[in-house]
Amino acid sequence: MVKIENWIGDIVVKYRWLMAPGLFLLAMLAASGMQFLTFSNDSRMFFSEENPQLKALEELERTYTKVENVLYIILPKSGNIFEKKTLAAIEFLTEEAWKIPFSSRIDSLSNYQHTRALEDDLMVADLIRDAKDLSPEQIAAIKEIATTEPMLVHSLIDEKGSITGININIIKPDDGSYKIEEVSQAARDLKQLMDERYPFLDIYLTGGVMIDTAFGDAPRRDMSALIPIMFTFLLLLILFSLRSIFATVATLVVIVLSTVTGLGIAGWLGIVLTPASANAPVIILTLAVADSIHILVTAFYRMRLGDAKHSAIRESIRVNLQPVLITSISTAIGFMTMNFSDAPPFRDLGNIVALGVLSAFIYSVFFMPALMAILPLRVKKEADTKTNRPWAILAEFVIARRTPIFWIMIVMIIGTSSGISKIYLNDEFIKYFDHSYPFRVASDISAEHLAGLEIIDWDLKSGEEGGINDPAYLQTVEDFANWFREQPEVRHVYSITDIMKRLNKNMHGDDPAYYTLPEERNLAAQYLLLYEMNLPFGLDLNNRINVDKSATRMTVSTPNIGTAAILSLERRGRAWLAEHSPSMQTYGSGLSIIFSSISERNIRSMLKGSVIALILISLIMIAALKNIKLGLLSLLPNLTPAFMAFGVWGFVVGQVGLAVSVMIAMTLGIVVDDTVHFLSKYQRGRKEHGMNAEDSVRYAFNTVGSAIWVTTLALVGGFTILSFSGFQINSHMGAMTAITIILALILDFFFLPTLLLKLEGSK
Amino acid sequence: MILLSTPPRLLLNAITCASLLFTAVLPAHSQTAEEKGLAIATEADQRDDGFGDYTADMSMTLRNKQGRESTRLIRSKTLEVNGDGDKSLSIFDTPRDVKGTAFLSFSHRVGDDEQWLYLPALKRVKRINSRNKSGSFMGSEFAYEDISSQEVEKYSYKHLREEELNGMLCYVGESYPVDQKNSGYTRRITWLDKAEYRLQKVEFYDRKQSHLKTLTVSGYQQYLGKYWRADSMKMINHQTGKSTTLQWTNYTFKTGLTDKDFNSTSLKRIR
Repeated sequence: MVKIENWIGDIVVKYRWLMAPGLFLLAMLAASGMQFLTFSNDSRMFFSEENPQLKALEELERTYTKVENVLYIILPKSGNIFEKKTLAAIEFLTEEAWKIPFSSRIDSLSNYQHTRALEDDLMVADLIRDAKDLSPEQIAAIKEIATTEPMLVHSLIDEKGSITGININIIKPDDGSYKIEEVSQAARDLKQLMDERYPFLDIYLTGGVMIDTAFGDAPRRDMSALIPIMFTFLLLLILFSLRSIFATVATLVVIVLSTVTGLGIAGWLGIVLTPASANAPVIILTLAVADSIHILVTAFYRMRLGDAKHSAIRESIRVNLQPVLITSISTAIGFMTMNFSDAPPFRDLGNIVALGVLSAFIYSVFFMPALMAILPLRVKKEADTKTNRPWAILAEFVIARRTPIFWIMIVMIIGTSSGISKIYLNDEFIKYFDHSYPFRVASDISAEHLAGLEIIDWDLKSGEEGGINDPAYLQTVEDFANWFREQPEVRHVYSITDIMKRLNKNMHGDDPAYYTLPEERNLAAQYLLLYEMNLPFGLDLNNRINVDKSATRMTVSTPNIGTAAILSLERRGRAWLAEHSPSMQTYGSGLSIIFSSISERNIRSMLKGSVIALILISLIMIAALKNIKLGLLSLLPNLTPAFMAFGVWGFVVGQVGLAVSVMIAMTLGIVVDDTVHFLSKYQRGRKEHGMNAEDSVRYAFNTVGSAIWVTTLALVGGFTILSFSGFQINSHMGAMTAITIILALILDFFFLPTLLLKLEGSK
Repeated sequence: MILLSTPPRLLLNAITCASLLFTAVLPAHSQTAEEKGLAIATEADQRDDGFGDYTADMSMTLRNKQGRESTRLIRSKTLEVNGDGDKSLSIFDTPRDVKGTAFLSFSHRVGDDEQWLYLPALKRVKRINSRNKSGSFMGSEFAYEDISSQEVEKYSYKHLREEELNGMLCYVGESYPVDQKNSGYTRRITWLDKAEYRLQKVEFYDRKQSHLKTLTVSGYQQYLGKYWRADSMKMINHQTGKSTTLQWTNYTFKTGLTDKDFNSTSLKRIR
């Protein structure tokens, strides 16, 4: 190892004119793969193919119809929908919505198929037709129907009649012709047209299509907003800490090359970027800084001591190769264990960052020193004592007060970690996006007054062809629906039994006494047949009843209540079925259910990944330090920061979701770095220089303190910037990681040295 | 039930009729694509003239994207009406819950068709809203407007080209519904074989001009030495992935049906 370290230093300096341009070309070659990068805009990208809840949802969609939706929310400024001009606007929008590409069904107040008895016939007709010709009496009658009909109220309209929704179902064809941008653009254009034609309305736009579009927009927004900030921050940080323009340029070139290499190889591999993996560049930028800083700081330190530039570079590579290699590998391992994640975007994120980190190692060791050997570099010699003074003071302080500091640290570790008990799992996929996304505002309004976007679908099977007409089946479905309606978190229930009851009433001359389920099976079947025969294009019941009429789909809508509540509601629903109709036993399904279970699944799968990362990284530490005791000791400052960070999170925020499930594995690889650098210098002091524990601690602080400080600042800065992302998964991940790294720094400066002194120091 | 494949007669006055026939058979250079389209539709219609009445059995198989199937058995009776659209009666034998339900339809050359449903459980006849012609027939991929009598006047036409389909040279033309407000389509593209003017294929385009469905007709057999009827019709919905197949058997012509077999009292007698 010693030989290799010297050899590499020599090679790099000797062949600097070959190394620098050669590696640059290689980086460009890799980076050219970036042209193949595309963005995914499908909210289902977070689910792996083996996800059981996703499978259940896909089966449901094959039985009925798989649809996405666009939802318009209309709020008249007057607060009253039931005015002629507003009804006309609803009718207009309902007609125009058919022009949105891939639309297959429109549900609105105007085309709601209202049924009534007319003499001896059943009249099935649009609730609102030719609104401009309606009389006040007719409008009053429409209001009465709309605000009392269980199919409508809390779903497409609120009780007061102050807000209404128009839902457009979008079908994705299998032939690949589906372009979500076309749909969302058409939806936005129509909203704009509505805004212009009907200025007295407030119109909002949301729905699955808009959410998916936002999933596609989020990485672009993040990349264009965060990367420049990140870059500026790193530039200033490096410039201030190295006080050399050339060194700053060289470092920036290294981090840019590492980032484009990681992304480029991802492009070559055909990885599709998602909001989570699109933050790989920010993370690579941050992580790539460390290697260069360590090498440059040592080189400058040697030059200040009087070494010539080339020998300073050689010496820097010699002393830093091992720790830089170890930290790069450990960071890469940490990120690569994201492959255990159940959510594919995290696998991609982990792999892209790992590629970036490993290329950062290569560029930092082979390219950057070669470049520095070429560029003119000058250092003021007297700066030495000044820059290192704070670290000397810190070292003396830690050594002198080792016992109180040690115990304060122990208390702090236990104290903060206790906050873990306040942590609870929750994912609200709508809240992944902040209010800078228009659909989020619309969704909040919808959730406040209408059904909300978090739904549970129940595929209720009767077990025989035509069985949905069986009075016993209908009664069970009716009871089930009513049970849900009693649950406080439920806003609306769509049940086929509401149609049945109304038809029965209509068939008895609209006598309210007959607002009950039909008592005979063939009666129910024939009512339904008559009703279906009367429905126009796009408003059939195929999305509610399966082809052989053996099952119906019941939809339970909640305002956005979050994972825990959704899962609890689903469990209680299942328990109800088990008790009242074991033959209908099934799982509730839907996007919210899958999102609700994904954190749990992810945490479970990532736990395995974290343990493997921990074992691998510890083995590397033991091998690198050639010391089992120090290797095992390093576990403490490596692992504790993650627990403490969870604790801090528990005290401050409480809710954790998808983002933090990958936290432990990811931060483990990062926080290990500071420990490695500190321990390797400590050990060098003990072995190479024959120092005692106290002097070795001093040596470690003096040689590596400032590099650790700067790289940690870069990391904390980088992840703090990530925490400003409008996409919650990224902002949570950024904030959590920043907290973890700060805690790791505290532990490395105060806990690790006092621990070493306790074990190896003189009394 | 009257089918796409059996365009009903049209009583045109002799002169119009002759001139149309003339233009259809002899390609005149001055003929526009619209005129040629109309001429072809009219010729197809005329070739089925005079069948009188017929009965047939139909099985309708609905299939969803998952491949799950459900079959309905229906008996159908059709009566040719001079000067107007045909009358048809469909009696449902299965599913058992709707056994004995009967669907009566009067198609009209001009104006909305009239439809009634007899519900045996109620022993009542109920009229069906005629504005629903775009709606699904019994949950199938066929809309009323696909299965009801295809009066020539219900569409305007445009001849596009001639091309070969399944070894047959076909007229390919577009047709546009006259009643645009209530139709589910903006246009249809039809393939009629040149030899016998039989409908081979139809593509349906929805209100946003997307390809919605395709109908494929096969297994034509000739009855009474003149009238062609298909054994199989398959409708595929490209947007939902669902499909419906109609299989026809037991075609019997000239069974002596009269107007009396197609009114509301006749509905109640059906079993």
